[in-house]
Amino acid sequence: MTMSLTEQLIMVGMVILGTMLTRFLPFLFFPVGRPTPKYIQYLGQVLPLAMFGMLVIYCLKDVSLLDGSHGLPEFLSIALTVGLHVWRRQMLLSIAGGTIFYMLLVQYILV
Amino acid sequence: MEAVIKSRQLQKALQAAFPYTIPIFASFWFLGLTYGIFMHVCGFSFWYPMLMSLLIFAGSAEFVAAQMLLGAFNPLQALAMTLMINARHLFYGISMLDKYRGNGWKDLYLIFGMCDESFSINYTAQIPPGVDRGWFMFFVTLLNHLYWFSGATLGGLFGALLQFDTTGLDFVMTAMFVVIFLEQWLQSRQHRSALIGLGAAVLCLLIFGADRFIIPTMLLILVALTLFYKPRKRGAAL
Repeated sequence: MTMSLTEQLIMVGMVILGTMLTRFLPFLFFPVGRPTPKYIQYLGQVLPLAMFGMLVIYCLKDVSLLDGSHGLPEFLSIALTVGLHVWRRQMLLSIAGGTIFYMLLVQYILV
Repeated sequence: MEAVIKSRQLQKALQAAFPYTIPIFASFWFLGLTYGIFMHVCGFSFWYPMLMSLLIFAGSAEFVAAQMLLGAFNPLQALAMTLMINARHLFYGISMLDKYRGNGWKDLYLIFGMCDESFSINYTAQIPPGVDRGWFMFFVTLLNHLYWFSGATLGGLFGALLQFDTTGLDFVMTAMFVVIFLEQWLQSRQHRSALIGLGAAVLCLLIFGADRFIIPTMLLILVALTLFYKPRKRGAAL
């Protein structure tokens, strides 16, 4: 490590600052006292679903369709997770079922 | 008497919050241990993953921070990188403007701890009647924070000794986001924004690649949602 402790602390401090900025800025920009603009209220309603869609893809970003197992374990396990959830609507059951199935697939079957 | 009521209220909120965080426990311990071991392998003492997991509490930023600590001293680059990696939190904040307000001092901690998982649970969870919303969301965030912190610290301490075959356990996070997405899909009549989110992310992933598709995705989502925004005419709402 080439940095001094002070330099390291400054670097980590910057990462903390950056993270906190992204989390606190909307609350500072649209304070309680003033009415939040209609457009921002609209975004607050429609953004979450778009974000959940993005997060699903974000989790899968490193899956390669061209080589390895071609994303087959991921596809099958997501299908099982969705099936379980539509059937029983129990969050923990769907997540555990999908994850265990995936682990079995990548550890024993589609190695 | 008041103290008894207060502690019962806290207990109820904790009991309601805990089940929601179980998948996050599995994922954060796995990821946290991995992070701690990674830091150990990079030559950092356990203090680093311990304090960074406690104070940053943003997984991907912490991995990148480790790499930056091994590079050259460049604070501005560290700030810019973090802002880009965590830019999606801006959208979470906009979505939580109502929910993360009016809970007193807890609001500060809720916003501090607004990682992907805390946001997703606190936005979607159906909090049972009689359970205090503020404390419920507080405990979801606190439990997540504790899982991440303890995982990273243990990984930093004992990383070299651990032997486990957890190949594939990381899928728990994918499964959780799939379920959250699906649950929201089933609950809402309108699927436009869900499809916009999925479509924009797939498109940008194909064009920009895994390492740099989040910012373009966010911009594309913003543009698409704005196209469908129909501002009410002045006075029409009254």
